[in-house]
Amino acid sequence: MIVELGHFTLILAFVFSVTQAAFGFTGAAAQRIDWINAAKIAALVQFLFTTLAFAALTYAYVTSDFSVRNVFENSHTLKPLIYKISGVWGNHEGSMLLWVLVLALFGAAVARFGGNLPSTLRARVLGVQALIGIAFLTFILATSNPFERIVPAPADGQGLNPLLQDPGLALHPPILYVGYVGFSVAFSFAIAALIEGNIDASWARWVRPWTLLAWSFLTGGIALGSWWAYYELGWGGWWYWDPVENASLMPWLVGTALLHSSIVVEKRNSLKSWTILLSILTFALSLIGTFLVRSGVLTSVHTFATDPDRGVFILAILCLAIGGGLALYAWRAPHLKGGRLFQPISREGGVLLNNLLLTTAAATVFLGTVYPLVLEVFNGSKISVGPPYFNATFVPLMAPLVAAVAVGPLLGWKRGDIAGALSRLKATALTAIIVFIFVAWTAGQNSVWAALGIFLAVWLAGGVLTELARKIGLSRKSPMESWRRLMRIPRSSWGMSLAHFGLAVFIIGATGLSFWKEEKIVLMQVSETAEIKDYRVTFNGVRDQKGPNYIARQAVFTIQHKDKEKFSMTAEKRRYPVSQQETTEAGIKSGWLEDLYIVIGTNDEKNGQTVRIYLMPLVGWVWMGVLIMVFGGLLSLTDRRFRIGVPERQKIAGPSPAE
Amino acid sequence: MTDTLALKRTRRQKSQRFYTLLLGLTMLGLATALVLNALEDSIVFFYSPSDLRARNISPEQRIRVGGLVELGSWKTAESKTAHEFTVTDGKNKINAIFNGILPDLFREGQGVIAEGRLKNERLFIAEEVLAKHDEKYMPREVADALKKSGHWNENAGSDGNPKETK
Repeated sequence: MIVELGHFTLILAFVFSVTQAAFGFTGAAAQRIDWINAAKIAALVQFLFTTLAFAALTYAYVTSDFSVRNVFENSHTLKPLIYKISGVWGNHEGSMLLWVLVLALFGAAVARFGGNLPSTLRARVLGVQALIGIAFLTFILATSNPFERIVPAPADGQGLNPLLQDPGLALHPPILYVGYVGFSVAFSFAIAALIEGNIDASWARWVRPWTLLAWSFLTGGIALGSWWAYYELGWGGWWYWDPVENASLMPWLVGTALLHSSIVVEKRNSLKSWTILLSILTFALSLIGTFLVRSGVLTSVHTFATDPDRGVFILAILCLAIGGGLALYAWRAPHLKGGRLFQPISREGGVLLNNLLLTTAAATVFLGTVYPLVLEVFNGSKISVGPPYFNATFVPLMAPLVAAVAVGPLLGWKRGDIAGALSRLKATALTAIIVFIFVAWTAGQNSVWAALGIFLAVWLAGGVLTELARKIGLSRKSPMESWRRLMRIPRSSWGMSLAHFGLAVFIIGATGLSFWKEEKIVLMQVSETAEIKDYRVTFNGVRDQKGPNYIARQAVFTIQHKDKEKFSMTAEKRRYPVSQQETTEAGIKSGWLEDLYIVIGTNDEKNGQTVRIYLMPLVGWVWMGVLIMVFGGLLSLTDRRFRIGVPERQKIAGPSPAE
Repeated sequence: MTDTLALKRTRRQKSQRFYTLLLGLTMLGLATALVLNALEDSIVFFYSPSDLRARNISPEQRIRVGGLVELGSWKTAESKTAHEFTVTDGKNKINAIFNGILPDLFREGQGVIAEGRLKNERLFIAEEVLAKHDEKYMPREVADALKKSGHWNENAGSDGNPKETK
């Protein structure tokens, strides 16, 4: 009964999104405030019904109602409760429902909290938001109904893919979706602004918090996925340039560009039509990401049951959203009023450089991801584009960007003083060069490239500190005055400093792991010892351990690191009887400077246990850097500017005086 | 007065556009150069054992080989941490050797993709073994290769439906 109600409320949600779109657009066109309010209410009701539908599916999962096909195919009575819940989005239908739920959430948030938006703009934003909702609800109802029943109901389910039964991956989809779908708001604002033919500083001020929120969650979601790959797949890496990873990286890159260019619109009323274009592209890439990983074009853990109808449907949505958005842009953008001018060397110029590098990098990633698919369609040859391609294109584009990030915030708006900025960075440059020489000297193989990575990180971190010091007038003013100024730095500014600093930390981690990873494969008998760098790893044997729905073969090791106290580590192979599948649980001992990482392979009586031991230098810095970035984004979001005193739309939109 | 100001503004706007365009084009050129350079030597082609027989592939080229792991062919090599197995597409086969830990889904009679280089016509040194399965336990490339060699069985491995890898 509850399941049928869920299906019914989902249909109601569809009806209300049609209502929302109709009232939104006509209300804005006819300037009827009652219609506009109706759109607002429809958005809230649509969210309510989508939530009910999602709750109904969750209920079916929690109570293990196997008469529902979706539950039967993806759940099992023996599964722990948390994975019964995460099973809701661990499959195609449920994940689409989650997608729509997040979309409705954002629509409702615009309706509820957009009180200070001009009413017609809000109505149009809600209208566009509803159109996206209509497309995806149609998709779910027509091709991917999660509430379908099977008669007779099977006794037990088929279980969730064991790889997905992991706390990190239980959270990965919802967080990533808040990121992906969050960019729909920027998209809707862009389309609404194009329809209105008006974009100004206050527009950017409304768009920015949504973009920030989406960006922070996307960053966190990608990191969570990457962290999972690190400890669960047991391949000893954190980023493989796999197409499904690239699918999330592309919207991140363009979204990061959008985050920066919207600042320029807000502060300087410039780069306006470019920002609109970025809003459209970011959401387009979010949709492409969804399409790539969900349609079965790529084979991966994200690919659920493939069905050609679904692929074609998503492709149609993609063409409508992207084609429609870009066509509207081509038609309306030339009518937008030009923004204020700036010199090539200025804060605006810096952001422009950032944007160009980020979008170009996104383009190279796009090419590397899509090229094999296109080539196969054209001449049938099957190729794969792997890490070497991305290392040779992405990294050279990112290196100058990172170098520029240190300088950009030191430049003034409109006309910057590059010589002044560089002279402020003297101390930073000196430190970075000393570190470069030190690393290149001591680090052995690949040392020049590794040293270059560390150099960039130090340069960037120094740039961030220099900018902070300048802001508080350190050494120019009295310590008291500096302290007072430090306390008065707005949170959005702290957010920027933190995010940039996090990037520096991340680069150190990524560099360390790329160049100094050590690994060893050994065959070990009980009580044998293997050495890697200054770790002595002793194998104590294997034991069987029973989990809630799996049986683990656990290998136990004792580790002696230099003269420190001994500690023990375990690495497992888990066997899930329901799906006849094995997973790897790496043993990881994390430290500030390196992780010791152990994976076990086959074990036979005669030869012993195959053990793969990695020494992962600085890998913790990767996650820490990303965490700092996410924290910076969220901190910036709490800036009072975004909460109170959002100004009324500017009355005078005429050109500002030439100088 | 306003006229000259407006003129000045237009001129500045033009020069700003010019700089932006110049920067954009430089970036595009740079990216094109990087992409062309990278594509040339980092693309990895996929071949079935029959393709390997038909073509002459240099041992220097990094390639992917895919097919089924022949039943009864998987054994531990002399170095003990290495694995030997035979990849077959039903018509032709090639021996492969891999030093490392095989993915959890590696099994005899099931699909596999190995990346590495040919040592000679009969031996492939795998540097990486991928288990890229969908729920049918079969990598798409391998399925296509089997279809081509006429050894595709629609129901092969479709019982049980685990999925692996990202």
